[in-house]
Amino acid sequence: MNYLSPTPRDFYRKYFSHFMMGILALLSCIALVPFIAISFFIIQKGWDGLSLGFFTEIPAPPAEGGGGMGNALLGSAVIVGMASLLGIPWGMGAGIFMSEYPGQKLGRILRFTIDLLTTVPSIVVGIFIYHLVVIHYGFSAFAGALALCVIMLPIVAKSTEEILRLVPQHIREAGLALGLPRWRVIINILIPGTYSMLITGVILAIARIAGETAPLLFTSLGNQFYAQNLSEPTSTLPVQIYEFAKSGFKELESLAWSGALVLIVFVFLVNLTVRSILFLYKRRMEK
Amino acid sequence: MKTDTVLLQIKNLKAYFSSTLVLKDISLDVSTNKVVALIGPSGCGKSTFIRCLNRMHEETPEAHVQGEVILNKQNIYAPSADPVLIRRKVGMVFQKPNPFPGMSIFDNVALGLRLLGIRKRSVLEEKVHSSLVQAALWNEVKNILKRPGTSLSGGQQQRLCIARTLATTPSVILMDEPTSALDPVSTMRIEELIRHLVQTVTVVIVTHNMQQASRISDNTAFLLNGELVEYEKTSRLFTNPSDPRTEQYITGRFG
Ligand SMILES: Nc1ncnc2c1ncn2[C@@H]1O[C@H](COP(=O)(O)OP(=O)(O)OP(=O)(O)O)[C@@H](O)[C@H]1O
Ligand SMILES: [Mg+2]
Repeated sequence: MNYLSPTPRDFYRKYFSHFMMGILALLSCIALVPFIAISFFIIQKGWDGLSLGFFTEIPAPPAEGGGGMGNALLGSAVIVGMASLLGIPWGMGAGIFMSEYPGQKLGRILRFTIDLLTTVPSIVVGIFIYHLVVIHYGFSAFAGALALCVIMLPIVAKSTEEILRLVPQHIREAGLALGLPRWRVIINILIPGTYSMLITGVILAIARIAGETAPLLFTSLGNQFYAQNLSEPTSTLPVQIYEFAKSGFKELESLAWSGALVLIVFVFLVNLTVRSILFLYKRRMEK
Repeated sequence: MKTDTVLLQIKNLKAYFSSTLVLKDISLDVSTNKVVALIGPSGCGKSTFIRCLNRMHEETPEAHVQGEVILNKQNIYAPSADPVLIRRKVGMVFQKPNPFPGMSIFDNVALGLRLLGIRKRSVLEEKVHSSLVQAALWNEVKNILKRPGTSLSGGQQQRLCIARTLATTPSVILMDEPTSALDPVSTMRIEELIRHLVQTVTVVIVTHNMQQASRISDNTAFLLNGELVEYEKTSRLFTNPSDPRTEQYITGRFG
């Protein structure tokens, strides 16, 4: 007998391997089911309601039908924008401090606080801002932005810290050895060198807060019309979807489905952007 | 014959990692436009020693230094001395080539110049050009200055790091085993480069390769367990060492 010819045991092993592969493939397909089902469902229910008016008009009274979620879209954009304006520099600053000045006592306290903040449920943040701000000044876009900012802060800080830690120590030393002060090493070497990854972290944080609902219920509340200024109750996409979905009126429910579709497409696009940035970045690094 | 002028005077230098003494009272003089090689077994304190010469040692948490290092009559460890300004006069090339990530070849060299406030494009271009020429890299990169520095080969990256250091015209360049990660051809090019550079700068170089030390250095210091055993003209140290421990080391009997 040839010493490479298979024994019956080897046949058995081969078939067993095929069998296991089959099971894995099946499980993978099942894992896709929720995603496909959700997308299909939302597109089916929300597609018809999408029109130009959906993006510009305010919700019409249930009896009339039609109308749109323009006020909610604008409100979300403004609130997420304000939260980002404050939360991104704040979070990145904290992340830079944690990564670049690890020996400092303040750095250790900061890291501990940020870790705790990450675990605080977002509804608790909402209640906190409610007591701190809303009780005194009323529901407003400001209060909503503040709540989202607090949620965004630890996410941005953590991702910034982790990304900067990927830069090897000798790169920092090379900068210092050129006579760069430490802050220059950060601004001129570390940040430009990790630019695309830092942006990725920030974009993911924006996507995350764009879908937050609970903290906004306590802070920006909602508004049937376009808010006139930043200190008025302001409607946002997630809260509006929530309100309309439980309203019991068919017309409003249909608006909610379209809103959900817009939200999902937004988050999907954000993820796609992030992935392509990372892909391009990797290719540039390999060149 | 002109007499050597002392550029760098190290007096009773002691270096610690927290409470561990790793350099025990080292004193030596480095003359202008010379190459000084540091040799010694692994862990004897060579890297620590040169990191004391540009105040890089103190960047390690809990590390500190005692003693004096006098550069051009000024003690770089005087309380009023500014490490940032010292490092502009005392450049450093590391063991592993380390171009700045994501930064073009041009920007790698220009960064130090921009730091000095040079903004004019023509001046930057001229200085980047002359530094790359000096580092014997210009011909290989003149058409790809916009590519990332990390896209070069290891030997080219190391010459880029040398060019980056040269750009701000330091008077001393410290090199910590600059060729240990490179192939023989790149190593030879960098050795030639160092011999060429000493016309304008002073070089202190750590090396594990004793042939390299004897090829490129004027003076050699032998360190053992944090002590300076012998500091001599290279030709003499390798042919007629005065300390038996030096002889044992260079003939390969320990270390
Ligand atoms: N970060 C550190 N913390 C504590 N001890 C250190 C640290 N770095 C180095 N040492 C110790 O200091 C001593 C000198 O180290 P150094 O790196 O200067 O040696 P070296 O001569 O450069 O060795 P090699 O030839 O292997 O590079 C060694 O005993 C080492 O264990
Ligand atoms: Mg070393």
